Amino acid sequence: MAKVKLMDIAIARSGDKGDSSNVGVMANTPELYEFLREKLTPDVVKGFFREICKGEVVRYEIPNLRALNFILHDSLGGGGTETLITDAQGKVHGLAMLHMELDVPDNLLR
Amino acid sequence: MSDKKVLVANAQGFWGDSMLGPLRLVDEGPIDYLTFDYLAEVTMSIMQKQKARDPALGYATDFVKLVGRIARKCKDRNIKIIANAGGVNLKACLAATKKVIADQNIAGVRIGIVEGDDILGRLPELIASGEKFANLDSGESIENVRARLTSANVYIGAKSIADALAQGADIVIVGRCTDPTLAVAPLVHEFGWSMEDYDKLASATVMGHILECGPQCTGGNYTNWREVKDLARIGYPIGEASADGSFVVTKHQGTGGLVSVQTVTSQLLYELGDPKNYLGPDCIADFTTIQISQEGPDRVKIQGVKGRAPTPTYKVSMAYENGYKILGTLCISGPDAVEKAHWIAEAVFERMEMHGAPIPPQARFLELFGTNVLYKGIAPKLEQPHEIMMRIGAKGPDRKKLDLLGTEIAPFVTGGPPGVTGLAAGRARASEIVGYWPALIDKNKVKTSVTVEEV
Repeated sequence: MAKVKLMDIAIARSGDKGDSSNVGVMANTPELYEFLREKLTPDVVKGFFREICKGEVVRYEIPNLRALNFILHDSLGGGGTETLITDAQGKVHGLAMLHMELDVPDNLLR
Repeated sequence: MSDKKVLVANAQGFWGDSMLGPLRLVDEGPIDYLTFDYLAEVTMSIMQKQKARDPALGYATDFVKLVGRIARKCKDRNIKIIANAGGVNLKACLAATKKVIADQNIAGVRIGIVEGDDILGRLPELIASGEKFANLDSGESIENVRARLTSANVYIGAKSIADALAQGADIVIVGRCTDPTLAVAPLVHEFGWSMEDYDKLASATVMGHILECGPQCTGGNYTNWREVKDLARIGYPIGEASADGSFVVTKHQGTGGLVSVQTVTSQLLYELGDPKNYLGPDCIADFTTIQISQEGPDRVKIQGVKGRAPTPTYKVSMAYENGYKILGTLCISGPDAVEKAHWIAEAVFERMEMHGAPIPPQARFLELFGTNVLYKGIAPKLEQPHEIMMRIGAKGPDRKKLDLLGTEIAPFVTGGPPGVTGLAAGRARASEIVGYWPALIDKNKVKTSVTVEEV
């Protein structure tokens, strides 16, 4: 087992939809996808973004792209046209997510 | 099966994208269609504000400038242009485009427009006929904002744009359409697809989704950014489509950037909701059926996309007046930058009271950039950064009162704690908040019309 950052085993992209952001995470390998599918539950992601995401986190699976898509409801202070916050469109939520630390089995890191 | 390929390139990913994109795409290699994607939710709001100030504005003015620079080459090389540049003032955009072409004495350019997306004037009739226009996100009734609505546009589909191409248009300008539609329309026209061939329409929709943000699929905003070469010359994306709906995402040879399974998948995930139900005006695309593979250097193939019949409704994007906002900035250096910023902020809001324009606590805004505002709760908070940017502002119904806040920021450079600077942007002014109201409309109640004329 090794402690690694999500950015060492996946890539991410985020965007906005009204007052929600979406964070898509693509695993580097099919095995890591299965691992992340187990670890990155909506509860884990909600806990990670607790100070940013005021609403519910919904997760979708896209196995053909080795990807998980998270919708972070109520995360943009009112949405792109209303808010004064710097990241009004959740542009950096993807990179933020990649700061998460995970204990990953060694055989998945080879 | 025909081995005809249709090359669709996206030259502008949003209003404000590099003006070099379209100029380079025309020169750097072969393309058949050049699309210009301008209309984000925020963009419509900005255009709405501009039109309110000047009835001749309210469209993507960059587009007209760019057409002026590429029209002759596009005519010579038979490159067609499709743009959702009309914004909230399609007629003004058409007039300006015609003028810029006529000014250069380019003869025989056919310009098509698709009208019918703007339903603001029809709202009383539509509401009377039973359309609810409830807020798609919150479920709220339209009556809550009806008196304050400033625009209402339907996201139209590919058929009318394809019709304009069939009528010989070299340039097609539309108001509101979904971003992927700009790529779906030329493929429907070129391959003669049925509007009920949902797999092909879904594949084209996926292609449009990948292309819609320009270089965001060719290495832009990519996690592993060190792999991306020659950022200044990053290649704008090209979809090389086949008659069966499959396509290759690529860029012109010799350009910078990177087209890999990772860079393209990143863009597939951008602004995505439920991947099995990617709703569009012409079909529902299922992103869980996408087969993606690296076909060669900077060539990513997509095939196997499945689609279904679309919903009986179109999405509508409405804007309404929702008060005003103001935002000013000051840069504050250490020691004790955070503490000093809070001291100033308290004084700013106290001065608003002294002006007789108090800002209630819930309408105040303060963000100290440099204290991990972007990664709040994620990266450890820096307690004593050497420098921060104070972003201070407020929202409210009274523009004049908010403007006073803009006058009470600079005085703290001389009359505040030491180490306050960075006023280059000048005095902040209040601006309108344009509320966004997404809704649905019965497709049968939307009538689009196509007009093609020669300049």
